[in-house]
Amino acid sequence: MSYTVMEGNEAIGWGAIVAGCRFFAGYPITPATTIYNTMLKLLPDFGGICMQGEDEIASIGFCLGASMAGMKVMTATSGPGISLYSEQISFAIGSEIPLVIANVQRLGPSTGSATKGADGDIQFMRWGNSGGLPVIVLAPVDVKDCYELTVHAFNLAEKYRCPVFIAANKEISMTREVFDLDALNMPDIVERKNADPSRPFKPFDVSDGQYTPDFLPIGGETIVRQTSSTHGPEGYITTDSGQIGNNQDRLMKKIVSDVERFSFYESLPAKGAETLIISYGVTSRAVKTAVSRLGSEGLPVSHLILKTLWPVPEKVIKSIAASYNRIVSVEMNLGQYVREIQRILPGKEIEFLGRMNGELITPEQIKEVVNNG
Amino acid sequence: MDSLLNPNRPPVFCPGCAHDRVVHSLDNTFRKMGLSGNQIVIVTDIGCSGLFDTFFETHAFHGLHGRALTYATGIKMARPDLHVVVTMGDGGLGIGGAHVLSSCRRNIDITLLVLNNFNYGMTGGQCSVTTPQNANVGSGFLNRLEKPVDICQVAGAAGAAFVSRASSYEKELEDKIEKAIRFEGFSLVDIWGICPGRYSRRNKLSPKIIEAQLSAMPKLDNFMQQNLRKEYGKAYCEHIQVKTPAPAPLKIEKRYQPPLQANEQIVFLGSAGQRIITAAELVCLAGATAGLFATQKNDYPITVMRGHSVSELILSKEQIDYTGIEKPSIIFALAQEGINRRKKIFDNLSEETLVIKAAGVEIPATGAEVEEIDFKTLKIKTQDWALASLAMIANENRGISMEMLDTAMMQRFKGSILEDSRKIVSTIAIKYK
Repeated sequence: MSYTVMEGNEAIGWGAIVAGCRFFAGYPITPATTIYNTMLKLLPDFGGICMQGEDEIASIGFCLGASMAGMKVMTATSGPGISLYSEQISFAIGSEIPLVIANVQRLGPSTGSATKGADGDIQFMRWGNSGGLPVIVLAPVDVKDCYELTVHAFNLAEKYRCPVFIAANKEISMTREVFDLDALNMPDIVERKNADPSRPFKPFDVSDGQYTPDFLPIGGETIVRQTSSTHGPEGYITTDSGQIGNNQDRLMKKIVSDVERFSFYESLPAKGAETLIISYGVTSRAVKTAVSRLGSEGLPVSHLILKTLWPVPEKVIKSIAASYNRIVSVEMNLGQYVREIQRILPGKEIEFLGRMNGELITPEQIKEVVNNG
Repeated sequence: MDSLLNPNRPPVFCPGCAHDRVVHSLDNTFRKMGLSGNQIVIVTDIGCSGLFDTFFETHAFHGLHGRALTYATGIKMARPDLHVVVTMGDGGLGIGGAHVLSSCRRNIDITLLVLNNFNYGMTGGQCSVTTPQNANVGSGFLNRLEKPVDICQVAGAAGAAFVSRASSYEKELEDKIEKAIRFEGFSLVDIWGICPGRYSRRNKLSPKIIEAQLSAMPKLDNFMQQNLRKEYGKAYCEHIQVKTPAPAPLKIEKRYQPPLQANEQIVFLGSAGQRIITAAELVCLAGATAGLFATQKNDYPITVMRGHSVSELILSKEQIDYTGIEKPSIIFALAQEGINRRKKIFDNLSEETLVIKAAGVEIPATGAEVEEIDFKTLKIKTQDWALASLAMIANENRGISMEMLDTAMMQRFKGSILEDSRKIVSTIAIKYK
């Protein structure tokens, strides 16, 4: 066993490299800047390209161009940058451009606090695109997760041809930790599925039962079209409502219908527990500490940590929550993901603990809610 | 070579639209250059100029308004062998102004054709950044209040070497486009034309008038000489070839037994320049040499050379969950800025907490055990106080030992910095022997 000292952002950078990312473009912003620094240090050495855009819109635009030319790409920012990414995220969703976006959340709204953590963008990441189509959002708990989930994020982006967010937080990304690099649970690397170049190519064509179209890169032998307009299989603008409707359905289903294949979570049931705490991100660590203290004080409490936030892993939440009447939802905002929990667990008593003051929610606050409601 | 026009999708511009002429000029240029469709990508903006890619059988990328150059940049970096041609109207020029300027500065090998018809044709003829002040357009009087931009002078000032003006109606258009495509670097051709659907209904404009107006515009000859330099992608490749290789993540083997008292919550309260963050990192590295887990949270203002520098560390034999400090076991009070930042931390402390306080700083009343040290009399400079403080706890075998600290320093420092750091540590060791 050996130990490595790394902060979350470095781990995201290394995870990207291991996943095959060879193009990064970003605009510096605290607390995401050290991802850019890491990629600038690593990518040239791995034969990759690292660029600094004139702004966030350009940075993600570079990524979309490079992705369509066949590269695995990533960008990183924080809330103010996600706001600027919005139009390009919509484009990546609608035109099926694989992309990983590390969102190192900081305290908002607006410019907010550059050096304070929060999980304030959880609904924003899901709904911050025009058209309202789904995205994939993975939330790391610690540095090890930053590494592993970044690899998963690339795999999912390539498999489903879509943007995938890593919902980090200043409190993970800029926290340095000792962990065992060799003990990481690394998935196999997934590559984008290329179309058979010997057959006529339509950039957005799918066969029966297929949701994600096969890919060919811009710049290859076969001519490839990409467009931000509502399009048919050939990649030309269309006004055919049948075609439009089918395409929207497909874009929805390709992400939502497969969520069970990538529902990452950690379930920590306690014998005799009547309460289940549901958390994600860095707050899960305070919950773990609180649960352990409550347990030693004679009150068993179960804990579910969600690492896939979007699409909502409904089956996981429903089945794990089934045997509890009381659910406590804890998150570092004023109440965002709790809305999903309320939605899918009707009839259960759902309590909420949230805080947005730039500080971590403490184990003692969690204990108090569990003890006193 | 054959035409690269798409036989199934003939141009659909309004009768008399200048864009139609440019489509054919561009096709003729491709033909003359002997290019096939898969050697070219046409990246288009939004508006009527955004239709260009659909009329050609080339690689095509039709993105969002104003952002065409951003995609083109990514594509060109990924595929330097492709000819990347961007079509954009005077609308895209305005909305994506930052990208135009940056492309000029960057000098990446992209050809930008500006389809300049002095108004927003597709949305009703509103004013754009190139609309003359005396024109009648769909924005009422608003265009009279704003000066039109000469994108060619702007581009030259921003660092573009290849900048030229053209009329959609002139014989030399194809020649100018070809030169722009062949130019190794960013090239911009400002192509003036008539929008019959909107602009020329209310404004007198003809090919002759355009010709006369163009000839009255400032000359652009100097920019080539002034701005000629290596293309961005080529320069990038040259730079990365001489870069030193990136080191793999450092793996530290467990080689020491941790001290008996290994579970510590340590807070550094210092100021900028005291190398607080580095000292805290040393604790993480030292912990790793004895198989201890560690977390380190930092707090400092964005003005990194002034103000507080605070680091919160947890060292533990067990996996660390909550990373906040609930009950500090050791506080290094090294500068007033850091102390003032975390005054509350001194409340409710018992003798179980050790405060190592630099002489000259003031801390709030506390029940903790306070040990004052006068670093100045030991001739230890303020930037080394954090390291010296670590030597104090290592000397006592609290959290880290001297051998753990020394190994951590060997991992983190080299050469004279390592030597100087070791001297500081031994100064402390001698004092507290």
